[in-house]
Formats: sequence, structure tokens, C-alpha cells
Amino acid sequence: MQRIGVFVCHCGTNIAATVDVKAVAEALSHEPGVVVSQDYQYMCSESGQELVKNAIKEHGLTGVVICSCSPRMHENTFRKAAASAGLNPYLVEIANIREQCSWIHKNIASATDKAVILGKAAVAKVHLNAPLTAGESPVVKRALVIGGGIAGIQTALDIAEAGFDVDIVEKEPTIGGKMAQIDKTFPTLDCAACILTPKMVEASQNERITIHSFSEVSDVKGFVGNFTVTIKKKARYVDETKCTGCGLCTEKCPMKKVPNEFNMGLDNRTAVYIPFAQAVPKVATIDPNYCMMLKNGKCGVCSKVCSVGAIDYKQTDRFIEQKYGAIVVATGFNPIKLDKYDEFAYSCCPDVVTSLELERLMNAAGPNGGTLLRPSDKTHPHTIVFVQCVGSRCDDEKGKPYCSKICCMYTAKHAMLIREKYPDTEVYVFYIDVRTPGKNFDEFYRRAVEQYNVHYIKGMVGKVTPKADGKIDVQASDLLSNEQLHINADMVVLAAAIEPDKTARPLATMLTTQMDTNDFFTEAHPKLRPVESATAGIFLSGACQGPKDIPETVAQASAAAAKAIGLLCKNSITCNPCVAHSDELMCNGCSACEKVCPYGAITYQDKEFRMPDRSTAIRRVASVNPAVCQGCGACTVACPSGAMDLNGFSNSQIMAEVDAICK
Amino acid sequence: MQTFTYYPGCTLRTKAKDLDAYARASAEALGIGLIEPENWQCCGGAYTSATNEPATKLSAVRTLMAAKETEGLVTVCSACHNVIKQTNYDISRNEAMAVKVQRYLGLDEAYTGETKVYHYLELLRDVVGFDNLKAKVVNPLKGKKIAAYYGCLLLRPSKALAMDDPENPSIMEDFIKAIGGTPVIYAQRNECCGGYITLEDKAQAVKRSSAVMESAESMGADMIITACPLCLYNLKKNSGGSLPVYYFTELLAEALGLKEVSNE
Repeated sequence: MQRIGVFVCHCGTNIAATVDVKAVAEALSHEPGVVVSQDYQYMCSESGQELVKNAIKEHGLTGVVICSCSPRMHENTFRKAAASAGLNPYLVEIANIREQCSWIHKNIASATDKAVILGKAAVAKVHLNAPLTAGESPVVKRALVIGGGIAGIQTALDIAEAGFDVDIVEKEPTIGGKMAQIDKTFPTLDCAACILTPKMVEASQNERITIHSFSEVSDVKGFVGNFTVTIKKKARYVDETKCTGCGLCTEKCPMKKVPNEFNMGLDNRTAVYIPFAQAVPKVATIDPNYCMMLKNGKCGVCSKVCSVGAIDYKQTDRFIEQKYGAIVVATGFNPIKLDKYDEFAYSCCPDVVTSLELERLMNAAGPNGGTLLRPSDKTHPHTIVFVQCVGSRCDDEKGKPYCSKICCMYTAKHAMLIREKYPDTEVYVFYIDVRTPGKNFDEFYRRAVEQYNVHYIKGMVGKVTPKADGKIDVQASDLLSNEQLHINADMVVLAAAIEPDKTARPLATMLTTQMDTNDFFTEAHPKLRPVESATAGIFLSGACQGPKDIPETVAQASAAAAKAIGLLCKNSITCNPCVAHSDELMCNGCSACEKVCPYGAITYQDKEFRMPDRSTAIRRVASVNPAVCQGCGACTVACPSGAMDLNGFSNSQIMAEVDAICK
Repeated sequence: MQTFTYYPGCTLRTKAKDLDAYARASAEALGIGLIEPENWQCCGGAYTSATNEPATKLSAVRTLMAAKETEGLVTVCSACHNVIKQTNYDISRNEAMAVKVQRYLGLDEAYTGETKVYHYLELLRDVVGFDNLKAKVVNPLKGKKIAAYYGCLLLRPSKALAMDDPENPSIMEDFIKAIGGTPVIYAQRNECCGGYITLEDKAQAVKRSSAVMESAESMGADMIITACPLCLYNLKKNSGGSLPVYYFTELLAEALGLKEVSNE
């Protein structure tokens, strides 16, 4: 005979304000097998747990039902408490009467009725719970960081520092990411390259870090502690081990009209190229879309001038497979395309630029050597208008609903730098709100207004009109003085919204991690687990999780590294015992379960069976690899003969719950 | 021969006879049949913006229903096109409204947006094809620098009209290329001409239409073309500019050899 204890939590007023907890405890005390039923203000507290432990010992309980918050919150807490009182932790069931009851109902009577029903279902289930023992699986002591911007670099350096091997996979020919393109950083105005490039060099020189540049993750298998990842090393037509980065090929390449991505297409590069002088690895890459040798077999200049014979036109994509214990996603962001914002004349006027383009125009290594000139006629601009929130805080599908967070600060930075360097230039900034929370941020913005006399105007720009004389008419409204303005500008700078990199979505599918509707990775808990994904062993670093500036990105990158190190330090991790298993006598070998298994945990074997007529037969039956199974339950639903079952969530348990609810 | 229902609208019978006559003549030359429905009424005018009132939809729905038997409904006036296409868009997404309109009109079944509505320019682009049009041109407008004036409502609201990008359109420029001219891109091509405000505050209309005219002049245009009778009025009477303004159908007919060459 089962001896079941029921414990109803008030959760302060979270539950007790909507659910009559005493009535729930009273109603559940009459359920079959229930020998004790109590309520308490905070069941998860030390004394609440003591209550549960003492009841287990005192009443010799064989099953425990906690009516409280979601099992995602405290299932582990109560399992541990039960285990310390000598009860198998898998004999504990949670009835979620907070998220699924008290928080969503207003009427006390109906919420109480529902809480009782949820409690009854949990009691019915716990009657059928079997004690389970968790196995252990080893942890591969190597981490993978996907993305080699400042986030990925910082995470990799921290993990390597702790003594673990770490690989960076970067899709571009060099690491460095967006920060490498930035000129100065707010709020200190120190040079971005001066603080980033030493870190890039450090990453490349660290023995524990392997950089796979110009590479992509093409497949991920396995689970926490034991991922198997296939990395595609894209053909760069240059042997990385031989190239010394001397740059002779890039000087001699006759194909010189390739838009230079690093300078946002504001100047040209050659078909064989090194993205920028401080690139890591400093290795040339041939762009097959422009290389005449690769396109029609006529040229071969780079091969002739290369003294070490590094050019290899026959190189193909290579795939390497590597095992990892932890994966950190650091795929970063991009500014949105502005093709839906033609009211700002971006596509038809070269003097209307994005903020990232302005970074390159002002950068000493940029197309103008650091002198700010209009792209159209290379003259010095005397009036510059900045437009903020282009595509951010947008209420239609043209843009993004969120605030891109970094634009207010970098616009203030641009405005200040221009006023500092070219005092004869008038600078206007149009804004919806100026948002500058952060250490020394608001002071920075106020300096732009008060010391540098940047004209901040609350209001949006309605139309940007290039004129025949080369000037640009900016029509806008000043909302504070309620006036229509026309500014005769030389340049317009658009603070384009930022969005996650396009590679993030397919990567999330490979990693079975969650994303929000904007394609930002979702953290396991928005407050308490901000750098972990909901999938064990996958961590989040930088702007792939949400818009962030550099200090925040670096802080999160180190936090993600700490979490990954915590995992890699363990020799083995406890597996989830709630895995599927197949009843071989019922299995008819149809393969339905194998097709739906997202983890590849199910295989088929031919086994010998003794049949009812005493003959023997060879039958094909499913078998589950418990180390790979994640207990999602897809196979149990798909199985037409009912042979698949899930430990802890068996078909009979689910049916017992349904019966209890429908009774 | 493909046959469409052709809805001229009130202005094309009075002020904008050129827009109408050359549209019909050119369609015939291009092998498109245009049938005018009997007893047609006003397109519904400015009332479409009153979204919740079924009475404002009745006139446009009557016109849309008249086109059910043909390949679609063609309009040429920017305003009629705007009203009828918006009504069609709204009613295809609002079943309750479609039922109300059905009851008002005493229809056997509700009209829910089955008719496809074309602006005459869309007919040229999507049915005739600008390449085919180019092949039929006998009198190409060589060397003519032509500024296309879209005005505010030919392309907007873009979701309902689904004709072209309202901020950076190309349909009229492609048309100009097809008839042998050189399109002139200028900033004010999709801004308002002043519209009906000329009746109440002429100075505003003068300001708006002058801005359009000056913008086209500054980019070196020889002439302006439009699809809207009101735009044509404002540009001619209020802008004080020197460029001649034509309906696009006039140039179409000229290129197809159906109209004497203008010497302005």
C-alpha cells in the first residue's frame, strides 16, 4: 500500500491570494493512499524542506506530491530534499498550481477547484512512479565557441586560461567581428583596434586555443558533456599552414574592383585579400566570385608571385569532426538592411550612410585615411544630420519592435568626435528618446550637448531629399517647439537597428536551442540564468542573446566562460534517468520512433525471439541508447503498437493523470 | 484577346478626357479589350477612409462586381484606383463588412474581393509586358528627359495597393524606358501635389506643387507625366513652373503612333 504525502505551498501570496491552499490540502488528504497533507508558506525554504523531510521519515512515505510552482523552478530542490530523507528522488511529483493556476486565474473558487484537480492528477501519477537511478556520463574536456568577435574571443580566452582546450569557429577569414570595424569606443573614446587587436593576437598565440577561421558549424550531434560537431572549413584556396601573410599576392592581383566588405563597400579590394592589416590569422583568402583563375582559368598571378607556394586553386571545402563538452554561441549581430527605408534616400544618395559606414569613413585605416569626406565628391561636409531609431522601436513589420540599445551612445560619440575634429561642422541629432543608462553614459551624452554644442532635436525625420546642387534637404519635425524643419545638409547618418546574424537561426535548430521571434537566443531564465540556454551544455555570449554594447558583451562573455568552465571541471555528469525504452515483445520494427527522434538515440537490432509455438524467430526491434536519449517523449507518441515508454512519464502514468482530471 | 472591365470614373468624362481617350486607343492597339460597364457610378471618392461604415463601400463594390466576368478591373485615374483597390483589399479581409455590404445591396452572395484590380500601368507591366510594349512602339520618344510624377496616392497605402515600393518606385520609369524616353529621377516624385487643398488654401497647393516642379526642373527634366487629374491640375495651374505636364497615356499613344506629336 502506498503512503503518499501532499505538501501545498502558499508561495507567499503568489498562490495563496488566488487559491485557498488550506482547502486544497484538506481535499487532497482524502485521496487514496494519502497519509499526510499539509500547507506551508514557503515550501522551498529551508524549514519548508525540513517539513517534507520529517514527514517522509515520520510517516514512512513512499511518494511525495508538492503543489507549488513550475517543476522547472524547484523540482530539483524537492528531489534533493527527498533523497536526503532516504526517498528515491523520482518518487516526487510536482503539481504546478502557480504558473498554471494562481497566476492566470482571478476567481478564488474556480482557481481552488483547479488546484485540487491538478493535485489529484499528481497523486494518481505518483501511485505509479517507480524509483529511478541516474547514470553518469563522462565530460569531454574541450569547448567550442561559435563566432570570433569580441564575445567569442573573450569567452575562449577565459576558458583557455582555466586550462581547457577551446576551438573558435569563425565564418569570416579573420576573427575580430564588428569591433574590428569600429573606430573609437564610448564612453572613454579609446581606440577600438588598440584594445581589440592585442586580444586577437593573444587568442591566436594561446596554445589551448585553435582558431578555425573561414569555417562554419555544419552539424551538431550528442548532448551535454559529449557533443560531436562537424566543422566545415570553407575552401580559401590558400594553404593556411604555408601562407606568411606577406600580402604580395594582394598587391599583384589584377582583379582590383571587388567591394571591400570590411570598409562597408566604400572602397575596393582585390580578389585575393587579407581583410585588414591586423587580421588573425593573417592569411590570404581568394574570393571565388571574382578570381579570374577560378572563374575561367585565366590568370594565376598570385600563384606565380607567392614565394612559399601557398596558393592552391584546387582546394575544396573540408569537414572535420571534433568532440566537445560545452558549446558557447557568440554569433553576434548585423545592422539591418535599409532597403525598406527609402524615405531616407539611402539607396539613391551616396552621402546618406549608416553609422557603421561612418565608422569606416572616420577610421584611419578606412577609405579616406581617417579624414571625414563625403563619399560622393570627397569634400568636407559642413552640416551633418544624424537620424536615430531607423528600424528600431518600430511598430510595423518594416523594422524591429525592440530598442537596439547601442545607437544613442554611438551617435553621441560620432557627433562629439566630429565636433571635436571639425569645429566648423554643424551636427544635428534627431531622436525619439535619448537612452543612456550605464556607467558614465549620461555624462557622456550631456557632454555632447553642453560642451560640444551638438543640436539634439526631439522628432523624427520624414523625408531626405537629395538636391541637384549636391546638398541634401532633410525635412523633419521638432516635436518640442512643434515646428516643421528643413535642414540643408551635406551628409545624413542613419542609426540602423541591429539584428542577430542570419546564421543564428539554422544554428539554433542544430543545437536544439530556443530563439525569440526576433531570432535572439533565449536564455534559460531571464534573470537567474542569463548566459545559459535552456539546452544543457549550450551557453550564450554577446549580442546573439540581445542588443549589447562592448562592456556588457565582454561581461557576458566571461560569465558564459565561467559556466562552461564549471561544466568542463566535472569528470562526469549525472544523466537524466527519464529516458525511453522499448518493449521488444511489442515492437514490430516499423521505424516510426526512429524517424521522430531528434537526437538519433534509436537504432534497430535483429534479435532472436522464442515464439508461442516454441519456434524461434529473428525479429527487428528498436533499442534506445540511454546516454543519447533526452526523454522528450516523441517516440512514445509516435509508436503505433505502444512498445515505447518513457521512464517517469509512462503511458500508464499519463493516463492515470487524465483519469484523475476527468473523474 | 484578353478582355478587362474598364472603369473611367467621373473626372475622365469631364476634365481629363485625354487621359481616357488615349488609354482606350492604346489598349486597342496593344490587343487588350476594354469594356466599360453600363450605368457605372462614382468610385466611392474620399469616403473609403471611413472604415467602419458599409455605405462608403457600396459604390466600389458595385464596380468590382461588374468586373467579375472579365479578367479584371482596370482603372487609370490614381484616385479611382486607390479607392477601388483599397475597398477590395479591406473587404477581402473583413467578412463581417462583406456581409453587411451584401445586405445593403441585396446580393445573393457576399462579395469578398474576388476581382483583380489593375491600374493601367500595372496592365502595361504585368499583362502586356514592358518588353512587348517596347516592340510595338513606332515613334520612340528618343532624347526626351521625362520626369515621372507618382503623387501621393498612386502607390499608397502600399500594403493594399501592392503596386510598387512607395518610397523608391520604378514602374513609371520602366514605362518611360519602354516608350523610348529617358527617365529623370527626382526627389519629389512621390510627394503630395497639394491635392484638394487648392480650394481652401491655395498658397499651400502652390507651395507643394512648386516644390515638385522645381525638383523635376533641377534634375534636368523636359516634361512631367502623371496618372492623376488632380496632380496635373496643380502642376499646371499652381506650380508656376515651365515644364509641360502630360498624362502618361498621351505619351503612350504618341509612341504607338496614335497621336500627333506634341510640339511643346
